Amino acid sequence: MGRVLAQAWAIAAKDLLLEFRSRTAFLSALVFTALVLAIFNFARDPTAVSSVDLAPSVLWITFSFAGVLGLNRAFTLEKENRAIDGLLLSPASRTALYLGKMAANLVFVGAVEAIALPLFALFFNVPLLDVLGPLILVIALATIGFVAVGTLMSSMAVNTRFGEMMLLVLVLPFLVTPVSAAAEMTAKLFAHRPFAEWAAWLRLLAAYDITFVVLCTLVFEFTLEE
Amino acid sequence: MTAIPTAERALKRSGVWMAIGLLLMAGVYVRALVFTPEEATQGLAQKIFYIHAPSAWVAFLAFGVVGICSAIYLFVKDPRLDLLAASSAEVGTVFTTVVLVTGPIWGKTVWGAWWTWDARLTSTLFLYFIYLAYLVLRSAVDEPGRRARYSAVLGILGALLVPFIHVSVYLFRTLHPMPVVLRPGKPELPGSMLLTLLSSFVVFTVFYLALLARRYAWARLVDARAQSEADRADASR
Repeated sequence: MGRVLAQAWAIAAKDLLLEFRSRTAFLSALVFTALVLAIFNFARDPTAVSSVDLAPSVLWITFSFAGVLGLNRAFTLEKENRAIDGLLLSPASRTALYLGKMAANLVFVGAVEAIALPLFALFFNVPLLDVLGPLILVIALATIGFVAVGTLMSSMAVNTRFGEMMLLVLVLPFLVTPVSAAAEMTAKLFAHRPFAEWAAWLRLLAAYDITFVVLCTLVFEFTLEE
Repeated sequence: MTAIPTAERALKRSGVWMAIGLLLMAGVYVRALVFTPEEATQGLAQKIFYIHAPSAWVAFLAFGVVGICSAIYLFVKDPRLDLLAASSAEVGTVFTTVVLVTGPIWGKTVWGAWWTWDARLTSTLFLYFIYLAYLVLRSAVDEPGRRARYSAVLGILGALLVPFIHVSVYLFRTLHPMPVVLRPGKPELPGSMLLTLLSSFVVFTVFYLALLARRYAWARLVDARAQSEADRADASR
């Protein structure tokens, strides 16, 4: 187990180093997120809908699109020059490869979210500080769920025709549960509702995370060449 | 060389099952329209129930078959399981289309709205999206082994996603008629309607199996012909 984690970390560190050197994907995801947040502000009637009512949906639509954009990066990187063959020939196990890719994606999406969240608070005038702790928990759980599925799907989508479009078609149905749970909990948090009102959503999201992280780890090897 | 005649025979046999399925279905509709009493509050609109509910059952059953075939495929790597899963997905897509078309027609009459975001509507809609993703994925991968593995992975994940979506939309709110048959206590439906409904479930299941057998036999025949052509090309070289 320790060995697998060490290998996974090596793969994640490699991916993050590559991204840190160029920063292309990160910067474009960040600019995209800021643009979506700004455009949303003009796509509503400020006299009819108050920004606090709209805020949870805006936050989660922005996060999920930014996240899916980031997912493409993980395996297109390996497709160039068939770098994936090198990884498959290395002593790292398939499980380690999946966990490493997933960890790198989590850091990537998490970093985008960390910068987008204050921006969102600024644009939509939402008081974040008093609910920051639980909100970070919700964001972390939802992000783990969709990155787990997204990493697996991007490993397949990269080998299909129109891979980037395919990734959206494959991943978006799987976003319903994490995104609706997260948006619902975010709304309750902003409205300062008691924990009992959103406990059921939290349980559902946790069950989703456990199911899909385990399942995706198990089936990942079938998305690779034998 | 025996593969082609075998596949052709299987295709013919499936035609017989199709005919039986269609006849039974005609029987159920005669019973539903003529011999089953009209529902007091919904009137004639309620008759759509005998298409809608059994189609929904088959839509979910078909995806269950996709999920199970996919899971077994990853262990035994038998290409026939992949063909069976793909056939079930195509047939299931047709039945899901029927559900999503008949539902709004009934909804407009009884609820006054074509669509609501209720639990079962939403899970059926997303079932449809997963079916479409499955079929699109198959069409975007050429190499048969890879196509089989990829679609098996999606089949398993999709089969597990459906219950999750159902629970998440259930936590929102629901407007759908509550179950009238599978519920604690006795079925709420009057006996004659219940009999019609249950026979429509049986008939739709038979029809699904017939369509599945036919689609599968056809896929096998296409494969067998492609194989024999490849063999002939090899021999003439």
